[in-house]
Amino acid sequence: MNWDEIFAAATPELYLAFAGLIAVVLGAVLRERFATVSIKAGALILLGACALSLFNIEGGVAFNGLWETDRFTNLAKAVCYFCAGVALLIAEPYLVKERLIRYEYALLVIFASLGMGITLSANDLMTLYLGIETLSLSSYVLAAFNRDSQRSSEAGLKYFVLGALASGLILYGSSLVYGFSGSTNYDAIAQAEFGIGLVFGLVLLITGLAFKVSAAPLHVWTPDVYEGAPTPVVAFFASAPKLASMVVFATILFEAFGNAIDQWQDVILIISGASMLIGAFGALRQTNLKRLFAYSSIGNMGYALIALAAGEDIGGPALLVYMVIYALSQLGIFGVLLSMRRRGGMVEDISELSGLSSTMPWLAVCMTALVFSVAGIPPLGGFFGKLVVFQAGVEAGLWPIVIIGVIASVVSLGYYLRIIMIMWGGDKLAPFENMSGTVGITVSAATILAFPVFTVVIGWMMSLAGGSFSLG
Amino acid sequence: MEVIAFSILSAIVLIAAFCVIAARNPVHSVLFLILAFFTSSGLLVLIGAEFLAMLLIVVYVGAVAVLFLFVVMMLDVDFVELKQGFLNYAPFGGVVALVFFAEIALVASAMGASRPETFDASPNAETNVEAIGQVMYTDYLLLFQISGIVLLIAMIGAIVLTLRHRPGVRRQSVEEQTGRKRADAVELKDVRPGQGI
Amino acid sequence: MNELQPVLLNYLPVIIFLVIGLGLCFAFLLVSTILAPSKPDPEKLSAYECGFEAFDDARLKFDVRFYLVAILFIIFDLEVAFLFPWAVSLGTIGVFGFWSMVVFLGVLTVGFIYEWRSGALEWE
Repeated sequence: MNWDEIFAAATPELYLAFAGLIAVVLGAVLRERFATVSIKAGALILLGACALSLFNIEGGVAFNGLWETDRFTNLAKAVCYFCAGVALLIAEPYLVKERLIRYEYALLVIFASLGMGITLSANDLMTLYLGIETLSLSSYVLAAFNRDSQRSSEAGLKYFVLGALASGLILYGSSLVYGFSGSTNYDAIAQAEFGIGLVFGLVLLITGLAFKVSAAPLHVWTPDVYEGAPTPVVAFFASAPKLASMVVFATILFEAFGNAIDQWQDVILIISGASMLIGAFGALRQTNLKRLFAYSSIGNMGYALIALAAGEDIGGPALLVYMVIYALSQLGIFGVLLSMRRRGGMVEDISELSGLSSTMPWLAVCMTALVFSVAGIPPLGGFFGKLVVFQAGVEAGLWPIVIIGVIASVVSLGYYLRIIMIMWGGDKLAPFENMSGTVGITVSAATILAFPVFTVVIGWMMSLAGGSFSLG
Repeated sequence: MEVIAFSILSAIVLIAAFCVIAARNPVHSVLFLILAFFTSSGLLVLIGAEFLAMLLIVVYVGAVAVLFLFVVMMLDVDFVELKQGFLNYAPFGGVVALVFFAEIALVASAMGASRPETFDASPNAETNVEAIGQVMYTDYLLLFQISGIVLLIAMIGAIVLTLRHRPGVRRQSVEEQTGRKRADAVELKDVRPGQGI
Repeated sequence: MNELQPVLLNYLPVIIFLVIGLGLCFAFLLVSTILAPSKPDPEKLSAYECGFEAFDDARLKFDVRFYLVAILFIIFDLEVAFLFPWAVSLGTIGVFGFWSMVVFLGVLTVGFIYEWRSGALEWE
C-alpha cells in the first residue's frame, strides 16, 4: 500500500468520504440543530473537494490500477463538486419553506458527489459499478425526499425500479466483458482481442450508461422524475450527475474500447439522433416547466453524444466543454424555477412566467439569457458549446448526425421561444415572492457565465480541455 | 452424476421461476422464489462456488425473502386485478425475452472460440472462501471500503424514507430510571390521626 | 459417469439428508392420503357454529416499521457475509487485512450510531 500514490490520485474522494462520515456522526449527535447548518457545511465540504481536485490536477494511478485520475477527470470532478455544492446551497430556502429541512439531505448530496468522484476516477469495471451504485442509491432517496408527497414518492420509485434495471444491465455487460477479456481493468480490456462476446458486453454497458445519462430510447423516466422530485433535487440531478455520467460514458468508451470505435460509433450515433429528436419534439407540447427542461436535457445529451461518437482525440475536449457549459447554465435555470413561488406554494406551469419582464425584470433578463444559451443562440456561451460539438462531428466525418442536430436545434427553438414570449409579452401576473439571496446570486452568476464569460473564454476552455487530453 | 444433478436442479429453478410469476397468491409467489433461490444455490455448489451458494441462502433466503413477504403483506394490493394487464404486455415481454435468449445463445456459441487464457485475480487457495478472503481485503481494498459506504447510504436512505416518529409515545428511559434517588420518589408525611393529608 | 469433484463429495451427506427429508415428507403425505378416511362435503369447509362469514380480507396492511427493521437487518447481514471470508483468511492477509476490516466496520459503526440516535431501533 503506497500512501503517496493514493494521496496523489484520490485526495478529494478520501476527503469527501471522511467529511461525509463526520457529518453523519455530527448529524446523529446534534439532530435537528444540525439541520440548517448541515446545508452550509455540506456546500463548504463540496467546494473544498472542488479545490482539492484542482490542486491535485495531475492525478495518478492507485489501488492496484483500480483507480486512475488525470487532468481530464480532475477537471470534470472539480466542476461536478462545484455544481453539487451550489445545488445544495440554493436548496436551503426551498427546504425551509416546504418544511423538508433535514440534515440527511446534505449527507445524501455529499455521498452522491462521492459516487460521482468514484465513477470518474474508475479504471476498472468494478470501481465503475460501485461508484454508479453510490451515486444512484443516494439519487433514488433524494428523488423521494419529500416522502409525504405522492408525486415525489412515485418519482423515487420509478427512478429506483428503472435505475436498478439499468444497473443490472451494466453488471451483465461487465460480466460478459470480464468473461471474454479475462480482466475488468480498462487497460487490460483495451488489449484483449475483440470478439463477439465483447461486442455484447459493450452493447449492454452502453445501454446501462445511456439510461444513466437519460439518452433516448432509455429516457422515459426523465420527465416523470424531473416533474415529481423536489425542485432543488432536480437542480442537482440536471447539473452534476449528468456531467459526471457523460464524462464516465466517454472515459470507458475511450479507454477500454478505444480501439473498437467502429463497433460502438453507430450505436452512439443512433442513440444521439434519437435523443435530439425526442428532446426537440417531446418538449413542444409540455406546459410544466420541469417536464419541459427534462426533454430539453434529453436533447442536450444527444448533442453531447455527437462529441462522444467523434472519438477521443476530436470529441473529448468538445464533450467536456459542452457539458460544463450545460451543467452551469442548468443551475441558473433551476435557480429561476426555485424562485417561482406564489401564495406560499411553488408554481411550475409555463404560463406562470407571464409578464415577468415587467414584474421582475432582472429575473426575466437572466432567464432569457440562460434559455437562449441552452438553445444555442449566438453570442451566448451555449452557442459555442454546440459549435465545438458540431465541429467535432464534422471533423470526424459524421455529417448526417450534425444535420439532424441542426434540425433538432431549430425545432427546439420553438419551445424555448415560447418561454421567452410568455415572459416578455404575456399578461402581467402578481410578482413572485421575494427570492433568497443565494438563489439570486446563483441565477445572476450563471447568467454572467453564459454571457459574456463563456463567450470570451471558450477558446481558452477548449485548449485547457484539449491539453488535458493530450497529457492524459 | 453431475449432469443428472444439474438437470434436476435447473429444471426445478425454471419451474419455480415460472410459478413465481404465474401463482395467483403473492405469498405463494414468494415461496416459489425461495425454492428458486435454494435450488440456484445448489447449482452454485455444482460449479464449485460454495461461498456464493451459502451467501445466497443466508442473504436471499434468510433476509430478502422475508422482506418480500413483508412487502407483499404491506401492499394490500389485489394482485389478481393487477394481473389483468399482464396479457397485454406479454407479447412485448416475449420479444424482449427472445432477443435476450438469442443474445445469450450467440455469446455461448462464441465462448468456445475466443476464451482468454488467464483471468485476473487467481489466488492460490484451497477453498473459494479463502480465495475471496485473500484478495478482497488487500488487493481490492478500495472496492471493499466503497461497499461499506454503499451500505451506509442504504441505512440512511431506509431511515430517511420510512422512519416516522409518533407524537406522545411514552418511552422507557433507562437513565432516568436508574438515576432516580430515593428523595425524588418517596416523600414521608407525618399523618395525624383523623385528619388525613 | 464422470468422476465426482472432491469438493462435491463433501456435499454427499447434505444430499443424503435432503433425500431422506424429502422422502419422509412425501411418505407421510402419501400414507395419510391413502389410509385416512375421506368424505368431502362442502359444509365441512363453511363457517360453522357461532362463526360468521368473514367480514373482510384476512390480509391487512403491515406497519412500514417492520420493513425498516428488516432492511436494517439485511444491511448487517451483509456485513456478516463480509466478515466470513475475512475470518477464514486472516492468517494470510495479516495486519493489513485486519485494519482493512476495522475501517469497514468503522464505517458501519457510524451508520449504527446514526440509526441509534435517530430512533430507528426503538419500537414505538
